[in-house]
Amino acid sequence: MNRVRIGNGCGFWGDNLDAPVRLATAGRLDYLTLEYLAELTMSILAVQKQKDPTAGYAADFLDVLDRLGPILAEQPGLRIITNAGGMNPRGCGEKAREILSRAGLSACQVGVVSGDDLMPQLDQLLGSGHGLNHLDTGVPLASVRDRVVSANAYLGARPIVEALDSGVRVVITGRVADASLTVGPTAHAFGWGFGEADLDRLGAATVAGHLIECGAQATGGLWMNADDQTGLAEVGYPIADIASDGSFTLTKPAGTGGAVNVETVSEQLLYEVADPARYITPDVVADFTTVRLTETGPDVVSVTGGTGRGVTDTYKVSIAYRDGYTAAGTLLIVGPHAAEKARRSGAILLDRLQHAGWTFAASYIEALGAGDSVPGVVRSNGDPAEVVLRVAVRDPRKAAVERFTKEFAPLVTSGFPGTTGYTTGRPPVREVFAYWPALIAKTVVRPQVEIL
Amino acid sequence: MTTIRVPLSTVAHGRSGDKGNHANVAVIAYTDTGFAWLRTHLTREVVAAYFAPLGSSRVERYEAANVRGLNFVLDDVLAGGASRSLRSDTQGKSLAVTLLQMLIDVPAEHGEMLRPRQTLRTPEGTGNPA
Repeated sequence: MNRVRIGNGCGFWGDNLDAPVRLATAGRLDYLTLEYLAELTMSILAVQKQKDPTAGYAADFLDVLDRLGPILAEQPGLRIITNAGGMNPRGCGEKAREILSRAGLSACQVGVVSGDDLMPQLDQLLGSGHGLNHLDTGVPLASVRDRVVSANAYLGARPIVEALDSGVRVVITGRVADASLTVGPTAHAFGWGFGEADLDRLGAATVAGHLIECGAQATGGLWMNADDQTGLAEVGYPIADIASDGSFTLTKPAGTGGAVNVETVSEQLLYEVADPARYITPDVVADFTTVRLTETGPDVVSVTGGTGRGVTDTYKVSIAYRDGYTAAGTLLIVGPHAAEKARRSGAILLDRLQHAGWTFAASYIEALGAGDSVPGVVRSNGDPAEVVLRVAVRDPRKAAVERFTKEFAPLVTSGFPGTTGYTTGRPPVREVFAYWPALIAKTVVRPQVEIL
Repeated sequence: MTTIRVPLSTVAHGRSGDKGNHANVAVIAYTDTGFAWLRTHLTREVVAAYFAPLGSSRVERYEAANVRGLNFVLDDVLAGGASRSLRSDTQGKSLAVTLLQMLIDVPAEHGEMLRPRQTLRTPEGTGNPA
């Protein structure tokens, strides 16, 4: 195989539901990747699984797979790789197998990658010198152990390669580094290993994975110069057409909207990156500063020169722990001095709660439309015609947060003139899962591959 | 040298995002001349001062000269991050457009720092500024 063509049709859980189908139809892909897991998605899935042991995965994927069935039948070479398995990759895999069977694809096997979930062995790890100290503060996890709901190591590309080597049509993983969803099929297609000699091409493929992992963010989404001509309504999702040395072209299906150019790709190259010379994944420490971008055609950017600087002996671990409750509500304030009235209305709301005996661990008032989204940095000019008042609180007591949500409606009659917009009812109370990043020695994590 | 004050967006574009309670803001110069200027003048101290009201604990600057990029990492700037923050923008998505509004001094003759206008055209007529 000379090149491998990988398209990413989903950048997060909640992304456009039609994009995977459109991309698979028009992309001439070897692999379709679908990325569902943001930093805190696992905690939400963990709670779902606590309530229902058969849940705990990104259920949207099964709807997508159902629609992909006919396309998989038409394109026998197309394979799917997704981290939709979340906290229950096996459960997701079993359901996927049923869907494939119903689509007349009962010969298609599903590979399930697990072993990322460290909860079953968490106390054993903590008891044997693996403190899972907070990556920023150094505080040992033991300080919040009783509130931990999920702890998942970011696995790398190797188990994905193992699953693909066995011939499965679909690979479903739990927590895997986003870029590894691309590195896996590339390493499989070209027979790469994961040793010293492979570092540069692993680094180069990691650049590809990083660029496409957020879907349309590589193809015109968030582009600082996007305008009416960009055609974002019909935005195409990204495709990396990768050569055996890891260099690739980035593009999107012909006839779609959006844009692929040096600007869109440069912006995405540095998205959610700290040191661009050391982008650490389980597979490689990739160096993004050696990458060269060249526009070689309309909506085609050649990406060469990606390198790898080594590999670490740890996996990053994403841990979530219960941290109370939160809610945020809004009202619309219209008329002269709207920003001032909005902020005062927020203060009145909190005053009334205080008089009723409720104070909160944290509270926050924003006059949106008056510059409060980046507080104190940018001020709006003049007197906005209207602003949205938003008040948010967080507190360990659910009852306190519930009481808070009932204090918005009274302002419609007992606040300032021009107070309106109370149409969606009381805001929902949400449990807070705080994020706790840590590292764990690779030697104590056992990635597993199961073929269904 | 005579200078004039312009928004940073005159000479650069960019993007921002989150990692836990930290955010990164990438600033990408349109030209080599602009990058050389920003490398000298858009220091981490300047960016830290601009975002000071957000209460970041530390600002670091990294370079990606290959894309004319300066990448600013702002520690603890998100008031708790995606889950805990009470702000509307819990993930720092607004920080790039905000930084690009910052006024900076550039040479009065700064034509070589502006965004090039040459445009590749697709058959469908989609504009793709190079």
